[in-house]
Amino acid sequence: MMAMRGVTKRVRAIKFALLSPDEIRRMSATKIITADTYDDDGFPIDMGLMDLHLGVIEPGLRCKTCGGRVDDCPGHFGHIDLAMPAIHVGFVKELKTLLQATCRSCGRLLLTKEEATSFLEAAKRAGALSTANEAIGSIQLMKLTAKAATKRQICPHCSAEQMKVTLDKPTAFREDGHKLTPKEVRERLERIPDDDLRPLGINPDIARPEWMVITALPVPPVTVRPSITLESGDRSEDDLTHKLVDVLRINQRLRENRDAGAPQLIVEDLWELLQYHITTFIDNQTSGIPPARHRSGRPLRTLVQRLKGKEGRFRSNLSGKRVNFSARTVISPDPLISINEVGLPVVAARELTVPVHVQDYNLDIVKDWVQRGPEPVGENGKYMPGVNYVIRPDGRRIRVTDKNAETVSEAVELGYIAERQLVDGDIVLFNRQPSLHRMSMLAHEVRVMDGKTFRLNLAVCPPYNADFDGDEMNLHVLQSEEARAEAKVLMRVQEHILSPRFGGPVIGAIHDHITGAFLMTFGGSSFNREETAYLLSLLGDRPLPKPDIKVEGEPHWSGRLLFSTILPKDLTLTFRASIGSIGEDVEESTVSIVNGKVISGVVDEKAIGAFKGKIVEKIARDRGSEAARQFIDETTRLAMGTIMLKGFTTGIDDEDIPEEAKREIAEVLDRAMTEVTNLVQAYKAGELEQMPGRSLEETLEVEAMKKLGRARDDAGQIAGRHLGLENSAVIMARSGARGSMLNLSQMAGCIGQQAVRGERLSRGYWKRTLPHFLPEDLGAKAKGFVTSSYKSGLRPTEYFFHSMGGREGLVDTAVRTSRSGYMQRRLINALEDLKVMQDGTVRNTSRTIIQFRFGEDGINPMRSVGGDAVDVDDVLMEVLGPEAVKAGKLPKREMAGYGAQERDFLVEIADDAEALGDEDGGNL
Amino acid sequence: MDLNVMEHELVPEHYLLSEKETEGVLAELKVEKEQLPKIKKNDPAIKFLERSLGETIEEGRVVKVIRKSHTAGFFVAYRVVVER
Repeated sequence: MMAMRGVTKRVRAIKFALLSPDEIRRMSATKIITADTYDDDGFPIDMGLMDLHLGVIEPGLRCKTCGGRVDDCPGHFGHIDLAMPAIHVGFVKELKTLLQATCRSCGRLLLTKEEATSFLEAAKRAGALSTANEAIGSIQLMKLTAKAATKRQICPHCSAEQMKVTLDKPTAFREDGHKLTPKEVRERLERIPDDDLRPLGINPDIARPEWMVITALPVPPVTVRPSITLESGDRSEDDLTHKLVDVLRINQRLRENRDAGAPQLIVEDLWELLQYHITTFIDNQTSGIPPARHRSGRPLRTLVQRLKGKEGRFRSNLSGKRVNFSARTVISPDPLISINEVGLPVVAARELTVPVHVQDYNLDIVKDWVQRGPEPVGENGKYMPGVNYVIRPDGRRIRVTDKNAETVSEAVELGYIAERQLVDGDIVLFNRQPSLHRMSMLAHEVRVMDGKTFRLNLAVCPPYNADFDGDEMNLHVLQSEEARAEAKVLMRVQEHILSPRFGGPVIGAIHDHITGAFLMTFGGSSFNREETAYLLSLLGDRPLPKPDIKVEGEPHWSGRLLFSTILPKDLTLTFRASIGSIGEDVEESTVSIVNGKVISGVVDEKAIGAFKGKIVEKIARDRGSEAARQFIDETTRLAMGTIMLKGFTTGIDDEDIPEEAKREIAEVLDRAMTEVTNLVQAYKAGELEQMPGRSLEETLEVEAMKKLGRARDDAGQIAGRHLGLENSAVIMARSGARGSMLNLSQMAGCIGQQAVRGERLSRGYWKRTLPHFLPEDLGAKAKGFVTSSYKSGLRPTEYFFHSMGGREGLVDTAVRTSRSGYMQRRLINALEDLKVMQDGTVRNTSRTIIQFRFGEDGINPMRSVGGDAVDVDDVLMEVLGPEAVKAGKLPKREMAGYGAQERDFLVEIADDAEALGDEDGGNL
Repeated sequence: MDLNVMEHELVPEHYLLSEKETEGVLAELKVEKEQLPKIKKNDPAIKFLERSLGETIEEGRVVKVIRKSHTAGFFVAYRVVVER
């Protein structure tokens, strides 16, 4: 095996041919004649379906063909001689074409010699029959030739008049209504001369057409259809064996009846039954015939079903496989571990192992591990790695138990391999399905922990799209030094903080994490000595900075000062905070960081959030992944510490607004609805002024939508006036932690117009949406305007309208995911083997150039700034200093780069998903 | 209808390379001709080139395509003319 390394061979061509009956008999180890499998002693019957010539599946027995035991014998084919021929379902299309294209009496192709050669020559000239194109080329050739030949009514060779051959699905042929038996079909095909097959794209040396009618049925080896013995001692046969039993029984009855000279009718019935069994043996989902079923009523899984589709051999067993050294369990958060780490339950760590090769330097260490047995426990019940298996140089695996640990340990010497249990720091791959991008599978370092869940840092939820409502994730242990090194360099979490999808961070703060940072830095919040010491203790051993403010004579530390301690000392950055982009400006809207000190502004989503975090982005880009990792780890700890110190809660009373405001909102809504009523009246009176390019009806709809949309916004504004930044819900919305101001205004103010397909609701009853309204009522309420708020509760009609709008959203997401999933599969299949070469070109496996320069600009999107190679503003800022940039007022970029668009899109999708309630409801 | 496809804004500029230029391009890219992207002999752009140059373009000739690019402003690609 080792010698094979490095030897590569090129597959030049694959040839598909038909098995001739002769060949089937030649490769057959035995002829099968009885439908029985085992005798009373449970021993395989000779010439039965489990004949020992077909291979062995029971330990202890030897194969009668090759003499091999269970694992040595690959199995051997047998065959069944059919009493009467049967059509092969897989070839009915070809059979039909051939019958139509050849003469019914002389068997020649229904074309003159010249015509036939012209087709062949044309194909040859086009290169369709070259080795590389043969498969597709000959199919094309067959189509063209057959099309021309089928048109011919009189045979050009024997002048016989042709009749119309039709396919009576799935396997019967008719000629002018008269049925052709498989035997007749076979006789006709036999008559086609070799030379007439070539223009039809068939190579007669490897595929005579009559071989498409089965006379000898190959019987798959028993290794392909093993029988299983149940605990009760009963044998249960494979689906294929069941089907073969059927074939044999009917074949036997057919032979007996035919030989006994039974009436034609009975023979024909049996023949048809044989055809049915052979058809379903090959494909049990042939349209037009009922699928063969198991006694329990379950359809049998026969040859085609074994190969086809997602659960078939190709996609399920060859392109994808089940693996060892993997674990799966529920995930839960742990803000105290690094983003690079994953918390692994002890039970999993004991089961998962890494092979350690015994060398000079580690002989004693490994001996010690083995000696400890499979479940060693350190002081205070601390976890210690043990060894589960020892592999001797001859490949024998020895299970280490408490009893044999001592002896096995003594036997260990150079060349042994010990399968050591995981310890802190081992590199593993961590994955959450659906694996839509490369950040769905990242390398983490193990932290063995109590409990039964995988633990991960909250900041790595966005790349996995994970939450903790019952999500499960998979973990894979790397088994070779190369794999570990590669994973550590290429797949580590910290190397994926910046996403290649848009040049920005995908790893960063979310939810409470952002709220925590906000509470720490907003509105001159400060901490006393005790609190400060606690917060800094989360970061490890840090000196207490000088207190910068005094509250009631006591020294206090401002949140900004504390946050500044985790910033790089020379970081200078200015940007607008998230609270500045939503709602009216406050003092803290502009964040200014100079030399690692937060001078002004609040740290929120725009500073540290996933997708948007400016500080994360700048540190990751300028100072590398290690610095970014440290920053994210430390913000997590600080933010979590702060939110736990300060306390944070939200409830429906956060949306309480004064009675007066409610009245005001009601007035605004009433006014808007009256305006709509007026519009409707104007429309009915024919006084509505038509908008250019719109019909009168459309004008009304547009106007009404505009009015009602504005009314909802106004209601939101009124509600918003009473919801300030002292309100928890508002803090979350404006800092970007969770929710939006729209969500709040729908809870406090008014839900607004419901829409299906972007229009006001209109369908339901005759000329109205619900029987609660008059026909042809085009007013606001009748067409789905919801004046209530989520807090006040909806009226029955409003509730119904809201459900209509909500249903559309659900349907859209369902359709979108399935469609984009299939689209992605096709894209990946097309692109999977392209790679960027050393010279910057993108090539496929045959080294053909696909793109002369990656992305045409040769820029690695992961290292880009929102898709651009260089961030000019940032370079100027670095060189000239923030003051100069502020003074110079650089012109805004006119077009958003590709990356920026992509990011906006991504955020939109993420928000949509959240808004729709991403809850795992019953998805466990 | 007499339509010049080359005037359409979505059709990039095509230039026929001389044998010598072709060799230079292949040498620079360190590739064989077969590894270049292909363009059919009956492609409207090739037909246009044939008409305007007054010569038939044989299989195996290389054209230089300069097209607009989202990411790089403009971008140069080479395509080898093939039958079919």
